[in-house]
Amino acid sequence: MENIEQRVKKIVAEQLGVPETDVKIESSFVNDLGADSLDTVELVMALEEEFECEIPDEEAEKITTVQQAVDYVSANLSK
Amino acid sequence: MFSRIAGTGSYLPERILTNHELAARVDTSDEWIVARTGIRQRHIAAADETTSDMALIAIQRALESAGVTADEIDLLIVATTTPDNIFPSTACIVQNKLGVHGFPAFDMQAVCAGFVYALTTADQFIKSGAAKCAVVVGAEKVSNIINWDDRNTCVLFGDGAGAVVLKADEETGILATHLHADGRYNGILNVPGRPVANAVDGEAFVHMDGSAVFKFAVKALSAVAEETLAKAGLAKEDIDWLVPHQANIRIIESTAKHLHLDMSKVIVTVAEHGNTSAASIPLALDAGVKSGRIQRGQTILMEGIGGGFAWGSVLARF
Repeated sequence: MENIEQRVKKIVAEQLGVPETDVKIESSFVNDLGADSLDTVELVMALEEEFECEIPDEEAEKITTVQQAVDYVSANLSK
Repeated sequence: MFSRIAGTGSYLPERILTNHELAARVDTSDEWIVARTGIRQRHIAAADETTSDMALIAIQRALESAGVTADEIDLLIVATTTPDNIFPSTACIVQNKLGVHGFPAFDMQAVCAGFVYALTTADQFIKSGAAKCAVVVGAEKVSNIINWDDRNTCVLFGDGAGAVVLKADEETGILATHLHADGRYNGILNVPGRPVANAVDGEAFVHMDGSAVFKFAVKALSAVAEETLAKAGLAKEDIDWLVPHQANIRIIESTAKHLHLDMSKVIVTVAEHGNTSAASIPLALDAGVKSGRIQRGQTILMEGIGGGFAWGSVLARF
């Protein structure tokens, strides 16, 4: 079973069309990986599907890096 | 009894407005607009050209393609958000311009979902035996409610009209329809203005939260497509053509991806038309038919979503 970080990185790479090796824990979707506003919306939707959770819009806005995505999923999956 | 699409027709105003022209007016660029929306140009109605004018031409073309004359029509529904006047309904104005009278004619207001709402309604009339030859037209002069200084919205929309003639058919036609609405989401897409004492109270321009609309649209359109297929007992592979509301190529691509549908099976006109609200699906349908892609006997899934929120789908054997 892959850990959350690996699963998040895989989704980020798939959604943004970048090699998985380019996706670092500190990567910013917009500044480092070339995402635009709609890419980030699709990314959040893909995370919701992968982790079977609902991410409210106000929380989704705060998820701008791989680390923040991992943190959000970790915190909300353990509940 | 089925309602079968006997003919299609459409109309686009002559004036084409390109991204480059918009970039000269607001802070945007062709590259930015194409990357985020897939739109390269849109048609804009002339100042004296009304929604009913555009609807009339689209209907006349649909009647011709169906081999039907105006005096055979026994129901007319106009899907529009941009009626000629507050009242009478644009449908009554169009009926008069067609030169035929007496049968029911009314407008359907479900914004960009207007065409699927109107088609579903006409289908019910035909199935119940209340109508035998219905005309459904989506017609919009969206340019009237656009703030041309708002770069977030002015790049998205265009004007036009698309029509279908529906005839009662014992063999096949519309197979399944689904309509939905959820008023909790009215805040993310609206035109807040209202007429009060001979003036408009509030802005009469489109307001939109693009990201929220995108997310809601993709989820709702994917869900309603699956719901419709399940009701009809069909699989995704049975769809020959997806004819979606043409709001944004990214919404269309994302929806197709969720449905595991190759983009080669999707009719896309958003690059040339922009978002023409209730007119976009019948415009795309007519483009698909006239280009020879959509053939008799094929299965088409139409789906639309718009402010309200209102959304729905129509599955039909053409």
